Amino acid sequence: MAAMAVALRGLGGRFRWRTQAVAGGVRGAARGAAGQRDYDLLVIGGGSGGLACAKEAAQLGRKVAVVDYVEPSPQGTRWGLGGTCVNVGCIPKKLMHQAALLGGLIQDAPHYGWEVAQPVPHDWRKMAEAVQNHVKSLNWGHRVQLQDRKVKYFNIKASFVDEHTVCGVAKGGKEILLSADHIIIATGGRPRYPMHIEGALEYGITSDDIFWLKESPGKTLVVGASYVALECAGFLTGIGLDTTVMIRSIPLRGFDQQMSSMVIEHMASHGTRFLRGCAPSRVRRLPDGHLQVTWEDCTTGKEDTGTFDTVLWAIGRVPDTRSLNLEKAGVDTSPDTQKILVDSREGTSVPHIYAIGDVVEGRPELTPTAIMAGRLLVQRLFGGSSDLMDYDNVPTTVFTPLEYGCVGLSEEEAVARHGQEHVEVYHAHYKPLEFTVAGRDASQCYVKMVCLREPPQLVLGLHFLGPSAGEVTQGFALGIKCGASYAQVMRTVGIHPTCSEEVVKLRISKRSGLDPTVTGC
Amino acid sequence: VEQSPPQSPGPGKAGDAPNRRSGHVRGARVLSPPGRRARLSSPGPSSSSEAREELRRRLRGLIERSRVMIFSKSYCPHSTRVKELFSSLGVECNVLELDQVDDGAKVQEVLSEITNQKTVPNVFVNKVHVGGCDQTFQAYQSGLLQKLLQEDSAYDYDLIIVGGGSGGLSCAKEAAILGKKVMVLDFVVPSPQGTSWGLGGTCVNVGCIPKKLMHQAALLGQALCDSRKFGWEYNQQVKHNWETMTKAIQNHISSLNWGYRLSLREKAVAYVNSYGEFVEHHKIKVTNKKGQETYYTAAQFVIATGERPRYLGIQGDKEYCITSDDLFSLPYCPGKTLVVGASYVALECAGFLAGIGLDVTVMVRSILLRGFDQEMAEKVGSYMEQHGVKFLRKFIPVMIQQLEKGSPGKLKVLAKSTEGTETIEGVYNTVLLAIGRDSCTRKMGLEKIGVKINEKSGKIPVNDVEQTSVPYVFAVGDISEGKPELTPVAIQSGKLLARRLFGASLEKCDYINVPTTVFTPLEYGCCGLAEEKAIEVYKKENLEIYHTLFWPLEWTVAGRENNTCYAKIICNKLDHDRVIGFHILGPNAGEVTQGFAAAMKCGLTKQLLDDTIGIHPTCGEVFTTLEITKSSGLDITQKGCG
Repeated sequence: MAAMAVALRGLGGRFRWRTQAVAGGVRGAARGAAGQRDYDLLVIGGGSGGLACAKEAAQLGRKVAVVDYVEPSPQGTRWGLGGTCVNVGCIPKKLMHQAALLGGLIQDAPHYGWEVAQPVPHDWRKMAEAVQNHVKSLNWGHRVQLQDRKVKYFNIKASFVDEHTVCGVAKGGKEILLSADHIIIATGGRPRYPMHIEGALEYGITSDDIFWLKESPGKTLVVGASYVALECAGFLTGIGLDTTVMIRSIPLRGFDQQMSSMVIEHMASHGTRFLRGCAPSRVRRLPDGHLQVTWEDCTTGKEDTGTFDTVLWAIGRVPDTRSLNLEKAGVDTSPDTQKILVDSREGTSVPHIYAIGDVVEGRPELTPTAIMAGRLLVQRLFGGSSDLMDYDNVPTTVFTPLEYGCVGLSEEEAVARHGQEHVEVYHAHYKPLEFTVAGRDASQCYVKMVCLREPPQLVLGLHFLGPSAGEVTQGFALGIKCGASYAQVMRTVGIHPTCSEEVVKLRISKRSGLDPTVTGC
Repeated sequence: VEQSPPQSPGPGKAGDAPNRRSGHVRGARVLSPPGRRARLSSPGPSSSSEAREELRRRLRGLIERSRVMIFSKSYCPHSTRVKELFSSLGVECNVLELDQVDDGAKVQEVLSEITNQKTVPNVFVNKVHVGGCDQTFQAYQSGLLQKLLQEDSAYDYDLIIVGGGSGGLSCAKEAAILGKKVMVLDFVVPSPQGTSWGLGGTCVNVGCIPKKLMHQAALLGQALCDSRKFGWEYNQQVKHNWETMTKAIQNHISSLNWGYRLSLREKAVAYVNSYGEFVEHHKIKVTNKKGQETYYTAAQFVIATGERPRYLGIQGDKEYCITSDDLFSLPYCPGKTLVVGASYVALECAGFLAGIGLDVTVMVRSILLRGFDQEMAEKVGSYMEQHGVKFLRKFIPVMIQQLEKGSPGKLKVLAKSTEGTETIEGVYNTVLLAIGRDSCTRKMGLEKIGVKINEKSGKIPVNDVEQTSVPYVFAVGDISEGKPELTPVAIQSGKLLARRLFGASLEKCDYINVPTTVFTPLEYGCCGLAEEKAIEVYKKENLEIYHTLFWPLEWTVAGRENNTCYAKIICNKLDHDRVIGFHILGPNAGEVTQGFAAAMKCGLTKQLLDDTIGIHPTCGEVFTTLEITKSSGLDITQKGCG
């Protein structure tokens, strides 16, 4: 396959590569003899997707290199191998979410007979250190895994020289040329700064920094309505910090809006402050070190200010493509998003260059998606497979204080696709058993299943708001993948007493207008 | 039993048959157009399920509108005998001769789905399925047939349910929704220790609900330990107060009891807090706490009396030991506890008692969690052992002696080895028996009306429509033989039973792939077959088992052990690697298992697991990346992470 791809490219490309190799003359450069390139596969980006590709290709006996380089954040935060998920994403956020959940459990404990004096203070440094130590152990683990599989790892910043060659610059400024038959771009994305806002860059931090702070962020303003914004605000509130979220328009865009508003409702009733319909205009440092944020109410146009210890931007992410010199290789990107354009085989505009993960236009920005897409891609490249990645029905969970898990279509999307009259939504407000004794409010514990109305009522989407939503959602995602119908889900016997059994007990349709509150057992 | 014969001529003379060749039945409510062969199914593609549904509906209509409905074949001597029987009683019947209608074969098929009886004659009296020729004559001889014929308004209730637990209540509510006059009898015979409780049965009062809440209390103890690692600061040594916990849990249960009362009242179900005993066909005697007796009659009955904990039958057991009936409302902390038994009840109780800081020993006669996957069972046990629960394997108690009275007191337990002559002695504050449960079926007059029970187990054999050996008596829940003893199963089967009896439903309860979870300190969730069972049914060479150990993310920072949580699926190689067994040992196992059970209902295969994207970081996602087969013998221990 590799040979064919080369042949198809024609002589021009091959010649150019040779010129480069010879003319480059850089140490450690592409020194392949007789037209051989250094590697069968070069992966740019050592995150979840990139590492999965590299390991899979190595397993298939290929010669593989991974280049990874973390450009320090504007605040100077940097980290090791493993990409966003491991270092500044899923892993630390779920651990800090867990810290917050434990805070809630400590408050529950006296109801269950544990004599623990309230309130219990929280030490940020201790948590952060523990989380960071775990992340570092993961970084190390990834290094070891690459070594075990004989994948060459370069901690260098890469940019294309031509369509088969990448130039890497190491920390000391040394340059290396690497050539490969196939190149996979998996550089991911980084948080976006609102550059038009005065003081944003100087004084603000992002999710790249929050998990690596040595000291508590204190009173925090989180700007944005993405899941990153809500998750961060959620755990900061949960560990006892005064936290405010500023949202310009709608929360959790792209997610089911009924569920999103319930997520916000729950957070608001558990101490997170919300400034809705507001946009910040500047950040200044006051003489006492606090940050003064000025914002505008978008409807009234009125200005207001507040002081915070920390301002966290969570307004979106931009793909890490700028420094790649993609135009040198001829890889097309979207003019709007700068994300890389690919086909269903993850192929870019250049036949032997592929892209996976968050850097790609139109893909869900999720770790397991990147991993699976990467593995399938490599199996197609080197394993004789033809299986394509199925991006439909990707389950996910937002780890807000009350977790929100979903798979399939939102109610809006289902209605848009099939029409209101063809969609049946079953729903229930339920109370987790553990909430009863603890005296917790379960107003937002809610589940809904979006189905086609015509029998057998194919399930289009499942939305679950409640404890352990991620664990609950995973299995049902499989059901939906199997083409589950409402009838089949209802025939499943529940596991008692769990929250997930509420899903198999959904009887009340929205259309009926009946009260969806679950009573009794 | 008297009988008032109506003045109509009896059907069923053999000579009549030719005249009814167009499906004409006496009482002529289903006449077909003259000159045409009768069709019960609607025209159109006969194979379509719609047509079949229509046929069912019409059959059901026939049965419901006829005092006596006989599905017969004109040449069948048994059918003739039945017709003659009713004729001799002077009772008018509707007869459908299946050999004389176009779709007789299909009618017979649908009938067999409805009644589980393939043959003719197939007799219904006042909507009750009596059966074939022999059953009809038996019913005649026992007087049941006459009773059935009398029915209609003759009974106080359409349905009396004996037992107000999960199954009984769901059946009652559903029947009431369908417009029937329903009564629920519920009476809790106090435990030998004197414990009693309110409406709702085992699950609510002395089962799932309180045990999950005490399990939660134990998990919170673990969470408190974890929380220090996550930066929460509080004084060391948090003590646990049994009374606070128990009071909170009992308050919750009281509110549930009340909720059940209320919901019965709202649905106009009569609730009687009395003990029910059958005295004759369709008649039950109920006795309240004061010993006052009342009699009620009903057209149909559902037995849902459930089970109660078994005692050892040794000296001192009933006097000094407690069971799960007593534990959850025990007014004092049980202290140092010996749990006897290895059922899930035993292990769950031992688990949470240890979790709230008590000294707990489990005495096991043979294996842990009989009926469950034994590899998983052993892992459940070894986790408990590593977390402070002591196990005495292969011993059984022979005598319990009280050393000191008190709350708790002190008990001496003498036990002997199951393998030799060795005996041991131990002193405990509390001895909790959890060696099994017995059906509450022996003291309710079932023999008076001929409901057969399994003499050994006390369970009631039922067919696939929950019907006992007496056609108008049904059984749901823990007492029905061979069915999983689980609340949601009882609820489902009770509800579906009511819908079949009084609604137009034919849906039977599906007992395949029922998921469940054992709430031991490390939870164990499963669905489908245990590995042993799978090997027995499908043979080892036809199975592929995928498994892995995993380390929940939350455990890493908490400093809890790696290589403890375990996931396993069993696939049938002969059937596209279909998943026939699902097992997980880890936190939130119940929450994880439910969705996979739904997926198994939809034909989950290994390929589909592989194609599904995980939710990161969760425990459930481990099933989407299972690679190592058991047969490969490869190492599944996790070094480092991910």
